[in-house]
Amino acid sequence: MRDLLVGVFVLSGFAALAYLSIQLGGSTYSGPGGLLLYASFDEVGGLAARSPVVIGGVKVGQVKAIELSPDGDFRARVLMDVDENLKLPDDTAASILTQGVLGSQYVGLEPGGSETMLGDRAEITYTQSAIVIERLIGRVIQSLGNSSDGDDKESRSEPGDDG
Amino acid sequence: MLALIRHTGWRTVSNVFELGGIAVFGGRMVYQTFSPPWRLRRLVDEIYTTGVLSLAIVLLSGAVVGSVLGLQGYITLVRFGAEQSLGSVVGLSLVREFGPVLTALLVAGRAGSAVAAEIGAMVATEQLDGLRMMSVDPVDFVAQPKALALLISMPLLSALFIVFGLAGGYVVGVGLLGIDGGTYITNLETSITFRDEVVGSVLKSVVFGALVALISTWRGFTSAPNSAGVSRATTGAVVQASVATLVFDYIITALWGG
Repeated sequence: MRDLLVGVFVLSGFAALAYLSIQLGGSTYSGPGGLLLYASFDEVGGLAARSPVVIGGVKVGQVKAIELSPDGDFRARVLMDVDENLKLPDDTAASILTQGVLGSQYVGLEPGGSETMLGDRAEITYTQSAIVIERLIGRVIQSLGNSSDGDDKESRSEPGDDG
Repeated sequence: MLALIRHTGWRTVSNVFELGGIAVFGGRMVYQTFSPPWRLRRLVDEIYTTGVLSLAIVLLSGAVVGSVLGLQGYITLVRFGAEQSLGSVVGLSLVREFGPVLTALLVAGRAGSAVAAEIGAMVATEQLDGLRMMSVDPVDFVAQPKALALLISMPLLSALFIVFGLAGGYVVGVGLLGIDGGTYITNLETSITFRDEVVGSVLKSVVFGALVALISTWRGFTSAPNSAGVSRATTGAVVQASVATLVFDYIITALWGG
């Protein structure tokens, strides 16, 4: 009985370790990868390796690596590993999107209508960079500064304590 | 003044002596682990007392800690509208810190104290002297299986703690607070990497297991042969193993960067 319990304990411990290392620690994309795609962006924001690649809300792959473009134009080149069974037209657009306001960032693909398909190691030419929220805030502050001083009184209300 | 200096010096020297004693003791146990006879029967029995009997408290604590992390994380994150990241918060804090550290503290309290008390009682009743008289090495026969069992049990218990914690966070976050289940899992999986989080976590629990094993067997072996000595050995084992766990947790985190 004791031996049985020890065996069950050791097995379940190893199962937990395997779950941690394979399911959580391993590759997040469990579908059939294999098709490598490149896309260059001016700004990738908080995109990181292992971020998901999504078409219409469905996860089809993940970001493998992010590096500076070898062309020397200081753009960021994102290497994506997506499902090799996908037939993506070569005018597919890639954009960096954000889940929610402060959520993590991911790459969204929008297939176009071209007849020719993207092959392995193809470059996606239509890209839209990440929206950097600091720049947006900077612009808002700038435009507020240009408006009249009369608005000041309204914006000086106490910040509400909603905690 | 002179007495103070003398006292400090004496304490320092005796502490260095004890540290050396622990190192030699640990070295002997490592040596015995790799040299026959291997006492598999005793090892299985010791894994039962240290691992299986600690399972209930470890799993219960894991589930509760995971639930509390889910609740606290939600309360903090919802103020920033970022409650979707709950999976990363619960996962990272459990895998990096709470899993290995709390498991080590629980095992030190549940199993480490039992090991120190048992060996201490054997010292008090002169059973170890009896073993020596039969030319059986008490380090090999008594301490080594217990220490090895603690060392094996710790990473397994820690992994189970983490899995139950993740489940507890899922129940609170997804079941009670209404976060999307897929988002929780996806956030969990993208934030935990094998090299940084999982390997660091297992490394921590192995080191903590070695610390708890070494300290509790050493305290048992060096306890005074009376009931006061046994109780002091038990308390000392738990306190010293817990403090060593926390100190080494900081050191490993700083070195590993996890």
